[in-house]
Amino acid sequence: MAKIIEVNIEKCMGCKSCEIACAIAHSSSKDLNLLVKSGERPGYRINVESYSRMAVPINCRHCEEAACVLACPTGALHRDKAGEPVTFDEERCIGCRMCVQACPFGVITVRPDGKGVLKCDLCIERLEEGKLPACVTACPTGALVFIDEEDSVRDKRKKTALRLVEAQKSVEE
Amino acid sequence: MPERLQHADKASQALFKKALQENMETAWDRYEAMQPQCGFGSLGLCCRNCSMGPCRIDPFGDGPQAGVCGANADTIAARNLIRMIAGGAAAHSDHGRDIAHTLLMVARDKDSDYQIKDVEKLKAVADIYGIKTEGRDTREIAEEVALAALNEFGKQEGEIVIAQTAPPARVKLWKKLGVMPRAVDREIVEVMHRTHIGVDTDYKNIIKHGVRTCLGDGWGGSMIATELSDVLFGTPNPIKASANLGVIDDEYVNVIVHGHEPTLSDIIAMVSMKESMVKKAQKAGAKGINLGGICCTANEILMRHGIPVAGSFLQQELAIMTGAIELMVIDVQCLMPGLSKVTENFHTKLITTSPKAKMPNVEHIEFHEDEAVKIAEQILELAIDNFKNRDKSRVFIPKETEKIVAGFTTESVFQFLGGKYRSTYRPLNNAVIEGRLRGAAGVVGCSNPNVYYEEGHIKMVKELIKNDVLVVTTGCNAISCAKHGLLQPEAAFRHAGKGLQEVCSAVGIPPVLHLGSCVDNSRILTVLRNVVAEGGLGNDIQDLPVAGAAPEWMSEKAVSIGFYFVASGVYTIIGHPLPVLGSENLNRYLTEEIEEELGGKWAWELDPVKAAHMMIQHIDGKRKALKLRPMLYEQALQPAV
Repeated sequence: MAKIIEVNIEKCMGCKSCEIACAIAHSSSKDLNLLVKSGERPGYRINVESYSRMAVPINCRHCEEAACVLACPTGALHRDKAGEPVTFDEERCIGCRMCVQACPFGVITVRPDGKGVLKCDLCIERLEEGKLPACVTACPTGALVFIDEEDSVRDKRKKTALRLVEAQKSVEE
Repeated sequence: MPERLQHADKASQALFKKALQENMETAWDRYEAMQPQCGFGSLGLCCRNCSMGPCRIDPFGDGPQAGVCGANADTIAARNLIRMIAGGAAAHSDHGRDIAHTLLMVARDKDSDYQIKDVEKLKAVADIYGIKTEGRDTREIAEEVALAALNEFGKQEGEIVIAQTAPPARVKLWKKLGVMPRAVDREIVEVMHRTHIGVDTDYKNIIKHGVRTCLGDGWGGSMIATELSDVLFGTPNPIKASANLGVIDDEYVNVIVHGHEPTLSDIIAMVSMKESMVKKAQKAGAKGINLGGICCTANEILMRHGIPVAGSFLQQELAIMTGAIELMVIDVQCLMPGLSKVTENFHTKLITTSPKAKMPNVEHIEFHEDEAVKIAEQILELAIDNFKNRDKSRVFIPKETEKIVAGFTTESVFQFLGGKYRSTYRPLNNAVIEGRLRGAAGVVGCSNPNVYYEEGHIKMVKELIKNDVLVVTTGCNAISCAKHGLLQPEAAFRHAGKGLQEVCSAVGIPPVLHLGSCVDNSRILTVLRNVVAEGGLGNDIQDLPVAGAAPEWMSEKAVSIGFYFVASGVYTIIGHPLPVLGSENLNRYLTEEIEEELGGKWAWELDPVKAAHMMIQHIDGKRKALKLRPMLYEQALQPAV
């Protein structure tokens, strides 16, 4: 079963370590000091948005029926196989930004330099090396977790089951 | 109208609108852009004190619970907090040092541009230091006083002398707790030492030193600043004036003086009124020079000369956006770096004057006290010269101003509540004992875009005076109250309870007394001392039916001030909490346990009316403990006990 990045917004501290880690992971040097020196601007593919005084990380859902894929005229945004993340091929991009417009979550953004867009690739390169996505590794509170969806929902059901059992017990007493 | 300014004065609202229309950035815009702000910082859980870090503690308990060195949340939050105290105490105390230096200069140079305006006050301060005044030349006394004051900063033995003037019971308590401040600079240095990696780890011990440091501010550096400023520039007396941006006049050369030290603003004020200067301005086509102040330096020249207050901290950019300011001259503290960006859009010249406070690409004319008038003339001539560059088509001066009465001090409270022939605190104490006044509250402090501008200041003050609590104010809160008409005697009839109304109408004072700048929070300390000494309201400040608040605090200076009130035995409530919520132990210590040691404690409450009620409940508790009579008149908020 495919793993996804799950967001627990109540644990988000607004530190934006996820954003910085994403930028570093997508840079040429993969090192913060070298990156800052080089002037390269890899950009963020996850965005921490604010609501009142709360912080909410909003990431790409790799939708099954991805609006961005449907909107892209060149196939720059594509999914190779079902169950795989939606990835971005810079070569094919014509910079029309229809994907930016189409995404209902606002997680595709325009690159600060160069052509094309910033779109989460679920850190497929890192996954192939057996690592976790950069944002998940960087998150200091576990607001971002890389988890098998079925496991995640089963966890929630188990917690619910426990509460129901406890409630039942107290009624019987 | 952007939410953040819906409770603000109309002048600010109008200029903010102009800023939006003309795409000019303000602190409010930068605040929005900064969201969300980092929770680790807000909770006090971020430590950058060494390069094994930066470290952060996970407030949810899953991630690291200690930094690389092993420091836990309590240690990290406490260390960060006392560094804030040090920052605030340093600002106030350096200001005090500069004033003391100026006094020394006047003493030694009979041709100085400065004078000794209040000899009685000089003698009173001399008494504190055991310096003889009988039959001695004023400048001789001044020299010894200045040297004694300067000695309080760097001495290596003994304790700060002026701190011993606190009520005897309070001094005894501080000595017992081991928190008597030894020397102003020393305590601040020790903060930096203790918070260095691998020194003080025990959060209570850390805070104990924080207490010592803030006492070195309130009963040390700040008090020296206030007292010696009175000696040099005159002890204020009640005075009429105006406040808000409407004081800017397009027919004059407008000069804004902003920052903190009266050594600059008082001279600028004096020079701007010289006939030769006025003539120069007239030659340039203006009617004269119109001086307005922003922030604490505004309060200094307001209190002593009735010079109008243009605005508070958050209005500094807005003032320039009127397009009618020829020059803004600044010294130290609370000066937004963003000012240089705003002045780029206008003819306004921004001039820095302190070697401690420069801004990139901003003209610097260094101000030296030994050439004060000469440099002030140079600066004002720049302003006059700039008058012709004003673009009349861009001038937009909101018409709002308010009349105010300011200039209250520890000394003038005597005169006003006791009348000319009975200058004592007796009538004030009696009013509290009899139940005409519930008690008193100091509502002070900055403005901050993290709350709705002026909502906290105004709602809290109105709620307090409605319940017969006499309010004293300083700093930016005072300026906010000024702009909203609360510093007028008539405000008592509009907003105060019956008891407070009676006191105000009998004496002719406003229900909210402006005591001055932020270093003048030390005036509140001396008022409290005098109330205790007058008798009938307990033996120590912690017995008094009083409370303190800073609903819109922003600076580290506010942290130091709040702490020295808590350390003096006053219940102190602020809006946004101190950055300590990440440590349950530290939070509990500051808001509960510390009261058992110091008789005062902190509280956090964002709702200003609720906060006012908490203060009133605290005051009622003190009234009950003192067995005072019930309140004379029916109260809006029934006594809680």
